[in-house]
Amino acid sequence: MSEVHDELWMSLKAYEGRATAVGRAGKDPVNEPMIRHWCEALGDTNPAYSGADAIAPPTMLQAWTMGGLSGHTGRSQAYDDLLTRLDEAGCTSVVATDCEQEYLRPLRPGDEITFDAVIESVSDRKTTKLGTGYFVTTRMDVRVGPDLVGTHRFRILKYAPLRKTPTAPTAPKAPRPRPVINRDNAGFWEGVDRHRLLIQRCTGCSTLRFPWLPGCNACGGLDWDTAEASGEGTVYSYVVVHHPPFPAFAESAHAADVAGPYAVGLIELAEGVRMISNVVGVPYDKVRIGLPVRLEFRRHEDPGGSFVLPVFRVHGGEV
Amino acid sequence: MGSVRTGDRLPPLEIEITRTLIVAGAIASRDYQDVHHDAELARRNGSPDIFMNILTTNGLVGRYITDHFGPTAVLRKVAIRLGTPNYPGDTMVLTGTVEEFDGDTATVRVVGDNGIGRHVTGTVTVTVPMQGAR
Repeated sequence: MSEVHDELWMSLKAYEGRATAVGRAGKDPVNEPMIRHWCEALGDTNPAYSGADAIAPPTMLQAWTMGGLSGHTGRSQAYDDLLTRLDEAGCTSVVATDCEQEYLRPLRPGDEITFDAVIESVSDRKTTKLGTGYFVTTRMDVRVGPDLVGTHRFRILKYAPLRKTPTAPTAPKAPRPRPVINRDNAGFWEGVDRHRLLIQRCTGCSTLRFPWLPGCNACGGLDWDTAEASGEGTVYSYVVVHHPPFPAFAESAHAADVAGPYAVGLIELAEGVRMISNVVGVPYDKVRIGLPVRLEFRRHEDPGGSFVLPVFRVHGGEV
Repeated sequence: MGSVRTGDRLPPLEIEITRTLIVAGAIASRDYQDVHHDAELARRNGSPDIFMNILTTNGLVGRYITDHFGPTAVLRKVAIRLGTPNYPGDTMVLTGTVEEFDGDTATVRVVGDNGIGRHVTGTVTVTVPMQGAR
């Protein structure tokens, strides 16, 4: 990291050591319902957290200090001011990176906590995978009466998110690659254009085949006709492509600005052959083997002329 | 609890990262940041989806340790650092190794990997009473 400190950093550095909370009271006493909700959410069945002599899960420490939706009244300005300065400098995004908690004694239902918090440090400007920004570390001391019961050190990165060049909100939807049509598969794509999914059938041995090929894999016969698929099928297998991002394939209402992951399905048609296609109507992470799907045709507009692609929609939409 | 030795590996714990877990964990920790419950706003902030908040991860790391060492174990310190986010649909696998054991207090190195990388690394200090009592 360079030794050159920008002017912003100098002003941020001035916040080090400033209190962000002094003797502030928790909104609720430590209580059984909040403990139970926490344990339910996290699947924590530790018997120490219920019953007559219950303690609160120690990792709930910060939860007792949170302002929630209504926030804290009489909030100290220092932290807000610091965050506002960073916002103004373009560091509008925030992510928590570190949490270090020390527990001096367990909290029990009925304990009423108070806490003090201080801005411990502001880092140099750092460039991370998320963007460029500053790490801000705060330390909180939690007390019951005069007794220190725990400390909580918390680090956030306040950063300017990287601009994703191909996915600016105004960018047009990335064009879908056109199918490659040749003499062997031309009949298939002519069918798709007319919203018919045609499977090749060997006239010698009646074996169905897909994708389209010059000859029969079963008997070697070169003559064929076609059978139209009913359009019913199931997901035989699938993969989810996370990287590299490919906006043209993203199956999302925001496909223009989200080059997120997408699912590639291997669909087994009711007729028995399998084909690779998109599974639509569910998020990529809800695609599962065995999902029933139904054929649908989508027209894609393209500078080179529109074209149609077959896709498969999950029955009933949401799963 | 049997005896604890330096170098012991804890059995892995697999956690399905459901949308429900992310939202329920955020609300149980009273964290109403939109990126933990509102996919639309999360995307506007440059994230592909909502993601787990650090307090839920912290709680799961604590749970992993007390699940293993039992209800008499007392957490002394939990220190974690986050890496790749926990997005819905992923699975996180927590693993742990006892780095130090001094008679009743163990220091456990915990790692949580998800489908896209290392979500969390951390160190937990836990007191395990009654060591060797049975």
